[in-house]
Amino acid sequence: MYAYIIRRLIATIPTMALVAVFVFLLLHLSPSDPAAIIAGDFATEEQILKIREQLGLTDPLYLQFTHWLSNLLRGNLGTSIYSGLPVTTPDRAAAGADTDADALHYGDRHQPGDPARGHRGVESRHWIDRAVMTLAVFGFSVPVFVIGYLLILGGSRMLGWFPVQGYTSILDSVPGFLSHITLPALTLGAVYMALIARMTRATMLDVLNEDYVRTAYAKGLATRKVLVKHALKNAMVPISTTIGLGVALLIGGVVVTESVFAIPGLGRLTVDAVLRTDYPVIQGVILVFSFTYVLLNLLIDISYVLFDPRIRY
Amino acid sequence: MQQSPRDRLQAPSAAALFGTDMYGRDLFSRVLHGGQVSLVVGLSVAALSTVFGLTIGLVSGFMRRIDAVIMRLMDALMSIPSILLAIALVALWGSSVPNVILALTIPEIPRVVRLVRSVVLMLRDQLYVQAAIACGTSTPRILVRHILPNTIPPLIVQATYICAQAVIFEAYLSFVGAGTPPEIPSWGNIMAEGRMFFFQSVGIILYPGAFLALTVFAINTFGDGLRDSLDPRMQRRV
Repeated sequence: MYAYIIRRLIATIPTMALVAVFVFLLLHLSPSDPAAIIAGDFATEEQILKIREQLGLTDPLYLQFTHWLSNLLRGNLGTSIYSGLPVTTPDRAAAGADTDADALHYGDRHQPGDPARGHRGVESRHWIDRAVMTLAVFGFSVPVFVIGYLLILGGSRMLGWFPVQGYTSILDSVPGFLSHITLPALTLGAVYMALIARMTRATMLDVLNEDYVRTAYAKGLATRKVLVKHALKNAMVPISTTIGLGVALLIGGVVVTESVFAIPGLGRLTVDAVLRTDYPVIQGVILVFSFTYVLLNLLIDISYVLFDPRIRY
Repeated sequence: MQQSPRDRLQAPSAAALFGTDMYGRDLFSRVLHGGQVSLVVGLSVAALSTVFGLTIGLVSGFMRRIDAVIMRLMDALMSIPSILLAIALVALWGSSVPNVILALTIPEIPRVVRLVRSVVLMLRDQLYVQAAIACGTSTPRILVRHILPNTIPPLIVQATYICAQAVIFEAYLSFVGAGTPPEIPSWGNIMAEGRMFFFQSVGIILYPGAFLALTVFAINTFGDGLRDSLDPRMQRRV
């Protein structure tokens, strides 16, 4: 088991290295001079030269890459062109807000996403099934920010239950944090929930046709027990794969949601960096998000052993 | 399309079906015009990523030697969350409709490649393909005549989903300021521009939002229907 985990961890190294190369090359795949774009329309020749120097674009490519990589390995993501601070500084300040929000979506989504859906699977064409699936497909079709604005309109404007925008750290005030995070968490969770609901339903329908489910019913187990212990547990492998891959959706959603709710997280940082074409920050954010994504999916791969004892490492 | 500052943020009326935006432009005609741009983006992304993905997938699935290299590259590309990659690309290339299309296409390619490759791997050991190899048929001919037709049904389904997703992602890109340029209305950037005025005039986000949602919903449902009719195993599911 441990040997397997270590093997898998090592196997992610080439993937991450390739991601790093991609992210590095992004700056060089540009059809025009990145320094000119970063400098803006009104930059003088001198300013462009300065930026080119700052980015190290005057060196030969391999030198630039080794330089960038050695900095990266030491945890140095470069210097923000806009603020002049190391990229890791705004990162850390922002990361707090972000992980809080992410963690909440997880808590939020997983309860409604799972066992209840089993029931909907059983009565395959029941009206609840139709209603839930229509809702799920719809959750898929509405852009995250429209959901966000609708929730602000309903929850803050009409009902006055939640603040419109802003963010309070959980360290400063727990109720303040909860009231600020509820709407963004619901917003971001909607798409994710739709995704997981669809997958859960499809796999459950598959599993419910299996012989062991019939056997479980035949020996007189309660429906709930059959659904949760026998069917859902067997359906968990594909479902957790979806949960892992869906994180990419969450990451994209975070970027948009945080700008709707004015939350100072990594997503907001990304948007600001895009607007200022602050390339080192963009590169840093992509790297951080991608590595998190890869590691999360690795964790999920390893978790399969919990659901399926036939999988041995 | 004409700006008329005096009529800005008007409520819906007979003259302006959805009311007007913050520059007094008719929201209805902007939404219709935006639909054109959003659909062009969606369809082009679907078409381009299918063509590229199909080509790479066919080659990768059939030629063992370069397969490993291509798949590692695709894995790496897939581990960058697609919206982030698209945002970064547009931020670098500058905002224009072709750039948005290209930036949304690149992250989709690996997903198509995986799909095509899995079909190719399954077919490669089929008797009729083995027979074709034994007859000395050239590799490109085998790929095109014997394998390509079998990849089409799942690809069409995948393409509809990509199209739906691209319409949404275009809106995300516009929303964070890395989408279509302001002078070309798309559903995304109408909403992005209007968000400051949301509380004065809810329709500025709701109307394009509703159009977008219905369109994506329709494309997704179409995709589901296609899948059910093209793949008998998947019938009466999701």
